[in-house]
Amino acid sequence: MQVTLTVNGDEVTSEIEPRLLLVHFLRDTLGLTGTHWGCDTSNCGACVVLMDGEPVKSCTVLTAMAGGHEVRTIESVERGDVLDPVQQGFVEEHGLQCGFCTPGMIMTARALLDRRAGGEPLTDAEIREAISGQICRCTGYTNIVKAIRWAADQEAAPAGGR
Amino acid sequence: MAMIEERPIGFGRLKRKEDPRFIRGQGTYVDDVTLPGMLHGAVLRSPLAHARIVSIDASAALAHPKVRGVITGKDLEAQKLAWMPTMSYDTQAVLATDKVRFQGQEVAFVIADDRYAARDALELIDVEYEPLPAVVNARKALDADAPVIRDDKDGQTDNHIFDWEAGDKAETDAVFARADVVVSRDIIYPRCHPAPLETCGAVADYDRVSGHLTLWTTSQAPHAHRTVYALVAGLPEHKIRVISPDIGGGFGNKVPIYPGYVCAIVASIVTGKPVKWMEDRSENLTSTGFARDYVMHGGIAATRDGKILAVRTDVIADHGAFNATAQPTKYPAGFFSIFTGSYDLEAAYCAVHGVYTNKAPGGVAYRCSFRVTEAAYLIERMVDALALELGTDPAELRLKNFIRPEQFPYENKTGWTYDSGDYETAMRKAMEIAGYDELRREQAEKRAKGELMGIGLSFFTETVGAGPRKHMDILGLGMADGADLRVHPTGKAVLGISVQTQGQGHETTFAQIVAEELGIPPEDIEVVHGDTDRTPFGLGTYGSRSTPVSGAAAAVVARKVRDQARLIAAGMLEASPDDLEWEKGRFSVKGDPEQGKTIQEIAMAAHGAADLPEGIEGALEAQTVYNPPNLTFPFGAYICVVDIDPGTAQVKVRRFIAVDDCGVRINPMIVEGQIHGGLAEGVGIALMELIAFDEQGNCLGGSFMDYLIPTALEVPEWELGETVTPSPHHPIGAKGVGESPNVGSPPAIVNAVIDALYEPYGVSHIDMPMTPARVWAAMQGRPEPPQ
Repeated sequence: MQVTLTVNGDEVTSEIEPRLLLVHFLRDTLGLTGTHWGCDTSNCGACVVLMDGEPVKSCTVLTAMAGGHEVRTIESVERGDVLDPVQQGFVEEHGLQCGFCTPGMIMTARALLDRRAGGEPLTDAEIREAISGQICRCTGYTNIVKAIRWAADQEAAPAGGR
Repeated sequence: MAMIEERPIGFGRLKRKEDPRFIRGQGTYVDDVTLPGMLHGAVLRSPLAHARIVSIDASAALAHPKVRGVITGKDLEAQKLAWMPTMSYDTQAVLATDKVRFQGQEVAFVIADDRYAARDALELIDVEYEPLPAVVNARKALDADAPVIRDDKDGQTDNHIFDWEAGDKAETDAVFARADVVVSRDIIYPRCHPAPLETCGAVADYDRVSGHLTLWTTSQAPHAHRTVYALVAGLPEHKIRVISPDIGGGFGNKVPIYPGYVCAIVASIVTGKPVKWMEDRSENLTSTGFARDYVMHGGIAATRDGKILAVRTDVIADHGAFNATAQPTKYPAGFFSIFTGSYDLEAAYCAVHGVYTNKAPGGVAYRCSFRVTEAAYLIERMVDALALELGTDPAELRLKNFIRPEQFPYENKTGWTYDSGDYETAMRKAMEIAGYDELRREQAEKRAKGELMGIGLSFFTETVGAGPRKHMDILGLGMADGADLRVHPTGKAVLGISVQTQGQGHETTFAQIVAEELGIPPEDIEVVHGDTDRTPFGLGTYGSRSTPVSGAAAAVVARKVRDQARLIAAGMLEASPDDLEWEKGRFSVKGDPEQGKTIQEIAMAAHGAADLPEGIEGALEAQTVYNPPNLTFPFGAYICVVDIDPGTAQVKVRRFIAVDDCGVRINPMIVEGQIHGGLAEGVGIALMELIAFDEQGNCLGGSFMDYLIPTALEVPEWELGETVTPSPHHPIGAKGVGESPNVGSPPAIVNAVIDALYEPYGVSHIDMPMTPARVWAAMQGRPEPPQ
């Protein structure tokens, strides 16, 4: 079957098997290997991408279901040469080790911050809740929470913004 | 916002060099490797735990239009590749020929055009099995009527693998006989799994013309793997290149060689095409290296006033269907004999009995130095059991029995020589951070109100950084690590190391080691790792070996370069080498500091046209192999605070305080990150993670819906502290830290739960994982029968 969707701002049309998972379409068909795959059961969240701005686990989304939607992956987060504050926060707070869960975590965090209308304060509990559908085996989460908090503070600061 | 960049030249909180690619999704993991014409492999696995293979019919799979081939055990048998050696001198079936011996065992390998077709074809293979009774419970493996699992081995008439002991049995029994107090416990360290987020896999690319094999693979030990492939497959070692690219976590799971890797290699040789094999999560959990699975009977003897005299234990070690445990040859039970812990004892004795069962083969050290985790868990549970018996505060009991600082180097009763330690200082620091006395007051108040709060302690001593090589080898390969360092004319450097990172940040910390020694900024030092063609030989990253062994190699090779630089600088300055003094990055003439040459100037001179001093051939480079004189012995004091819901028996870890002493810290930020991660795994092991089986040997932990791993909601914000007791024999005084938190945290959590439940409910032990069901059953006075 044929599917047309927008990936990182570009419209893509492709002939696919109806059963093709979005994670494999992104990785194998488009070569966007920043989105990872870690389980079969949508427990780990290594495959999280944004679909119309909301985090989805691309291992449980059929490519066909993404037809007509806008998909964003880790490859689109940096704007020009400017890192997204979430990316910068992960570096500043040592929010990553092996890097395998990192793209999914960053996409979820980006969506969380985008959802905050007017930059209202974000609690650590809210951050933990937001990433609770994802597993990190390396960091023990404390520094991921700090990384997202760093980005939130950066975006809330008067001189900040993106 | 103005940022102050902290860029230490040497040790300090340097931001990681790995991060820029990972935060952009530009890492290269094995599954990201795509080669022209690449085919995809998939493994057909046994649905039964123990069965005879009657027949395999692959004709329907071979008729699939996208299938290029199917490999079975019979095909491999013809090439003498049906069996391969394990890391413990046992054999393991690559693809089953006679029997399957665990659920998930590899039976056939399909090669197809894409990964979906390969999976489809698995369903088209018809295997007829004749089921056999399965041995699931390790305690019944040696029963006279137990089916013999390894009837493939000549002379094997039961399921016994090894008996191993350490310490003095007679002396220990004598101390127990005269002790005032003896406490015993049956303690299980259950089967769990490292479950790195990236599963295992490989891309094999065999060039039929040149005879070169390139293997991208999820390996924690690429050099050791290369040698094993040479020995197993008969491929010349110089034509094998093993590349461990970015690795998505290892934790011991990626030490062994798995049948899938071998099948991918065979498939590439057979087809002449590159072949990728990536296992799925269920395959990872059901067939690759599990951890622990120790059934322990422990005893502790003490005087009435709380002086611990001796410990002893008898252990049944479940190694699954093939003894594929990865530990030094002379240590079939790893370093379990460090179970004397941090205490000054009169006697100790342990016996470990390894058995086969119809379960996945292993076991590997899940973020642990060869069974130190089991050892630390046993002693720290036994000390708490003694504290309950004596009615003593567990902190006081530990403080009373610690090895004292002046006793180091300390030889324990099972033959280990602890290098250095100051246990009381670490313990008191943890108690101070926790506010221990205040916590006890809070607990008393809550208890009066019927609330369940527990405070658990553990104090661990690790033994990490194997060798020395004369005592420790894996498949005959001595446990040492190489390093080579080249300084280019402009003063930029390349360091090649034999270990590699699975997230520990070697590219950063190893550059810092060289920076500390040579004064070259870390950003000017490229660390090459994970590629056997580009790095010196060494045994790899596991057992917290990287810093103690390879880190030492990096420091030693940098010092060799510095010694050369001194000679060159002396020639440049027309001074005697002895008249020069070194400050980081520069030699200058004693008494005349204006007269000096930087390491960068020296590097250019080394490659220049001018005459060089005698003994310097030109260039500025060196290589070394570091053979550690002893292991290092990191330690730490952990305190855990739990709250238990009396209505649901849910355990919540409210606080966790970890004071680690890993000697000198190269990059404190990375050290703390390592500790955080290991603590989370410890919470998982204590409360959630379990590879269980039913009576037929069906694995009940085969997905992340069943094998539960902590998320951000199950773990607290970690509270860390540190003490620094350098290792006296390590070039930079470092000890290694990656595994300490996984070793030390489970006993603290279990001790906290028992601390909460003993007074109100009389519960004195619960085996891990302490799920609500298990805790609830214990509170009702009916502990679950252990698995």
